Amino acid sequence: MKRSGKILFEILLVIVALAFLSPVYIMLVNSFKNRAELYENALALPSSFSFKYYSQAMDKMNFLTAFGNSLFVTITSVVIVVLLASMTAWMLVRTDNKLSKFIFLTLVATMLIPFQTLMMPLMQVMDWIRHNLHIPMLNTHGGLIYMNVGFHASMAVFLYHGFMKSIPIALEEAATLDGCSKFGVFWRIVFPMLTTITITIAILDVIAMWNDYLLPSLTLADKGLRTIPLSTFYFFGQFTIVWNLAMAGLTLTIIPVVIFYLFSQKYIIKGIAAGAVK
Amino acid sequence: MSKKKDKAWFALFTVPLLFVFTTVVIIPFIIGIVYSFVKWDGIPANPKVFVGFNNYVQLFQDDRFLASAWNTVEFTVIALIAVNLLGLILSLFVTSKLKVSNAARTMFFMPNLIGGLILGYIWQFIFTDALSYIGDKTGLHSIFFNWLLNPQAALMAMVIVFTWQMAGYTMIIYIAGIQGIPDEMMEAAKVDGANLWHRLTKIVFPLLMPSFTICLFLTLSGAFKIFDVNLSLTKGGPNNATEMFAMNIYNEIFGYSHYGLGQAKAIVFFLVVAAITLTQVIITKKREVQM
Repeated sequence: MKRSGKILFEILLVIVALAFLSPVYIMLVNSFKNRAELYENALALPSSFSFKYYSQAMDKMNFLTAFGNSLFVTITSVVIVVLLASMTAWMLVRTDNKLSKFIFLTLVATMLIPFQTLMMPLMQVMDWIRHNLHIPMLNTHGGLIYMNVGFHASMAVFLYHGFMKSIPIALEEAATLDGCSKFGVFWRIVFPMLTTITITIAILDVIAMWNDYLLPSLTLADKGLRTIPLSTFYFFGQFTIVWNLAMAGLTLTIIPVVIFYLFSQKYIIKGIAAGAVK
Repeated sequence: MSKKKDKAWFALFTVPLLFVFTTVVIIPFIIGIVYSFVKWDGIPANPKVFVGFNNYVQLFQDDRFLASAWNTVEFTVIALIAVNLLGLILSLFVTSKLKVSNAARTMFFMPNLIGGLILGYIWQFIFTDALSYIGDKTGLHSIFFNWLLNPQAALMAMVIVFTWQMAGYTMIIYIAGIQGIPDEMMEAAKVDGANLWHRLTKIVFPLLMPSFTICLFLTLSGAFKIFDVNLSLTKGGPNNATEMFAMNIYNEIFGYSHYGLGQAKAIVFFLVVAAITLTQVIITKKREVQM
């Protein structure tokens, strides 16, 4: 390629990338405008930067509470998924019998079931447990975490399973001969070797759980328990015409995602590629 | 170590996950099938009446349901093409060894991390107010109007938002595929006088078949099961013209309290999703080129 052609190409790519993110620009500029200014010109830069709508939106959305709820639910669910799925996958890989094959195939097959097929009966099961066993599965973070784990279990086991097949068994056998229990072998030797795939699984699950709307909307009723997508939904239902306030609220919800992305971009992109290929 | 002890370890490691999985996925799936043969309004005190295949017969006579199925097919086909075309173009762009490639890649992928619900709300403003504004300023009212009030345009609006969300995702997968193609192969083709188009169609695309499989699979199931963007962008409107499969099921169960009929729809939904994804994987696996 000629030099001038290459520079032209660079400029073209920059323009395409900026155009691609123009919705974010529109959201940002309008979050600072007052009503009159917004309707006068929806695309122009604001005449002044006032954070008035941000503090209002923060208040109306209960943003800090929702953020804390989302953080707690997501992190706890992901940690449990990683722990349980890696243990299960290890046993399934290292035990060569019909039962472990059956368990693995069942887990993989259920990945085809859409959430909508399970949502109503799931609520009935959880309601039954609450009613008869007196375990509060609905309208609690614990219940939501439990269901998150159940839904993300099969994918995580599947990814760990594929990865573990490539790990040599010799080290584990040596450790067993040295008198290490299965528990010790797994946590001291196997789990540290799984770091790459653990990061992939954690990232995929964090993104999915953080953004999930439907499951939390079915399980959480109390205002104080709402996660970010839920509080955005209710906030939007209430202030749908007040666009400047709405845009400030949406910007707030995106800030944590962007920060997370910028800090772990390398892992996210690698994780997405690795997770998809499997 | 004794066999008994091995079994105990096996149970200790697998039972916690399997227990949660069974209560959250397996049991609801099974009783979901039972519910689909029952007429019930969701109120525990009211009786569940066994109606046999009645719900299944009824859903095939439900015009709104059939319309939502058709909307979903239309949406999925257009979205599949748009997402993969854009993803592929972007991946070719950012692998062409430019200085701004990395920054561009970061920007193209970003929408994928924002949840569908929030994306839908951002675009709702664009399709209603921003587009009307441009229309008023430029006088081009045939393109710039409130897209969400027009049935056909509202469907396209959903395609655009979904494409914006997913193109970066498929781009990442295509990039991985393109980077797997040996440089020597491309150099050799260049020396032999193959032009850019020939290099793309004779070398790059055939070798990208595994990436196509993955991307088609992901976009197909993602588009078919779309719910969040549907809810936040159009709520199924105008006049149910953009109500998709998943939203129809949701409305039938939780909106109209037709638990049995809604669950029968959900089972049909599962069968269709399973059939499409399995067929699609089998077909594309066959066509993959071995390197």
